[in-house]
Amino acid sequence: MSEDIQALLDRMAEALKQRLSARGTPDPVMVGIHTGGVWVAEALHRRLALSQPLGQLDISFYRDDFSRIGMHPQVKPSSLPFSVDDRHIILVDDVLFTGRTIRAALNEIFDFGRPASVTLTTLVERDGRELPIEAQVVGQHLSLRPDQQVKLRGPDPLRLEIVSTGGGQ
Amino acid sequence: MSEAIVSTRAIPAPGPLPSSLQFNEDGRLRHLLTIEGLSHALITEILDTAESFASMNAQAVKKVPLLRGKTVVNLFFEASTRTRTTFELAAKRLSADVLNINIATSAATKGESLLDTLRNLEAMYVDMFVVRHEASGAAHFIARHVAPHVSVLNAGDGRHAHPTQALLDMFTIRRHKPDFTRLRVAIVGDILHSRVARSQIHALNILNAGEIRVIAPQSLLPAHVETLGVHVYNDIRQGLRDVDVIIMLRLQRERMESGLLPSEHEFFQLYGLTRERLALAKPDCIVMHPGPANRGVEIDSRVADGPHSVILEQVTYGIAVRMAVMSMIMGGSVNP
Repeated sequence: MSEDIQALLDRMAEALKQRLSARGTPDPVMVGIHTGGVWVAEALHRRLALSQPLGQLDISFYRDDFSRIGMHPQVKPSSLPFSVDDRHIILVDDVLFTGRTIRAALNEIFDFGRPASVTLTTLVERDGRELPIEAQVVGQHLSLRPDQQVKLRGPDPLRLEIVSTGGGQ
Repeated sequence: MSEAIVSTRAIPAPGPLPSSLQFNEDGRLRHLLTIEGLSHALITEILDTAESFASMNAQAVKKVPLLRGKTVVNLFFEASTRTRTTFELAAKRLSADVLNINIATSAATKGESLLDTLRNLEAMYVDMFVVRHEASGAAHFIARHVAPHVSVLNAGDGRHAHPTQALLDMFTIRRHKPDFTRLRVAIVGDILHSRVARSQIHALNILNAGEIRVIAPQSLLPAHVETLGVHVYNDIRQGLRDVDVIIMLRLQRERMESGLLPSEHEFFQLYGLTRERLALAKPDCIVMHPGPANRGVEIDSRVADGPHSVILEQVTYGIAVRMAVMSMIMGGSVNP
């Protein structure tokens, strides 16, 4: 499956390039969401040869389930090594599912400043959105049962893992 | 208070303050009352979380929504500037609402009147008490009596504990010297009256610090202090030799009258941190002080403001560390 992911990343990079040139977006910056999103972002960042360093977000402090679940055990520092104001941001995550992670990431980005635009790209998307959030560039759509989870393992090699949570198979 | 200190020289309240009170049935931190009973892993998790909060200073909006809708009460029965303000800022940067209640220093504020204060505040649907009290065990007492949904954070109780100060000190040390096992740490001054020293010693032991030294005149050392796992030095020149970290303590001037010390001047002569004495430590040694510092009593101004001093860093990091503790305590009760 690791070759497949490399091919997916190539296609995503190509689609992003076309989208950026079609819109004439100057000097975009890329931000990955911990942890899987950062791996995908690193791969895309290389392929697009962006001039600005990659930004990283840990959205733990912005999650909407904090009061129910509590603090995520391994929170990593967020770092956006550039000014967000008036920048075109490519936001990268591994899996788009309910949309809640992206909601949290957008809130965090806006606490750093006011970007000119945010484009969302994810390696995988699956049905089940609970918020009006869509990715502009998607590597692959997966049709999964509600009891199935897809996880990106990595960083080297990157591979997708589908696990069943119900039934205990 | 049910657990009064019997001897003024005894290490306060060793037995009857169960550190297990801090955890709920699932083993999650519910109150923070003392460093005792915290695991190496938990302290590391707190410090790691604090790193993330420290990085928030890069944000234009230095605030996260974690504790939105929660109410934190700063319940201070004893004077404080740094601790109260950094707790207040920490709570506000987590988006909590903060109520500051300064209760005039009074030895009579205990027992039933304290419980009444608690009940009244609980009736206002608050979520957390940050408590400073002159009696050892006050935070434990409150934790035992609060409503099930309320958490208690000890901001200093008598001579017993000041856990968030110790955690922010560990954070500061780790920023400069990440490997605790190789560290030689000296704590200098009024160990006897210092809740800070006690919490620091527990934290350093849990983090497997290489060597912990306490440097003080015999009259300012608790009885049997060696049982805490420290090496005792009465001579500062011997004690400071080759240390990596020097923690100066505030000489609690109010104790001077009790005859434990001849004079401030003599204390400085014998135990003050001067540049000459600092030169005995390792060249890259850091100097810490929990504040408020008495310049010219325990520390020379040229040292307090010198290149080895990390005293103001401690203040800054105090906010991030208190944010970490508050958010970990107030988070949900179900593990992911």
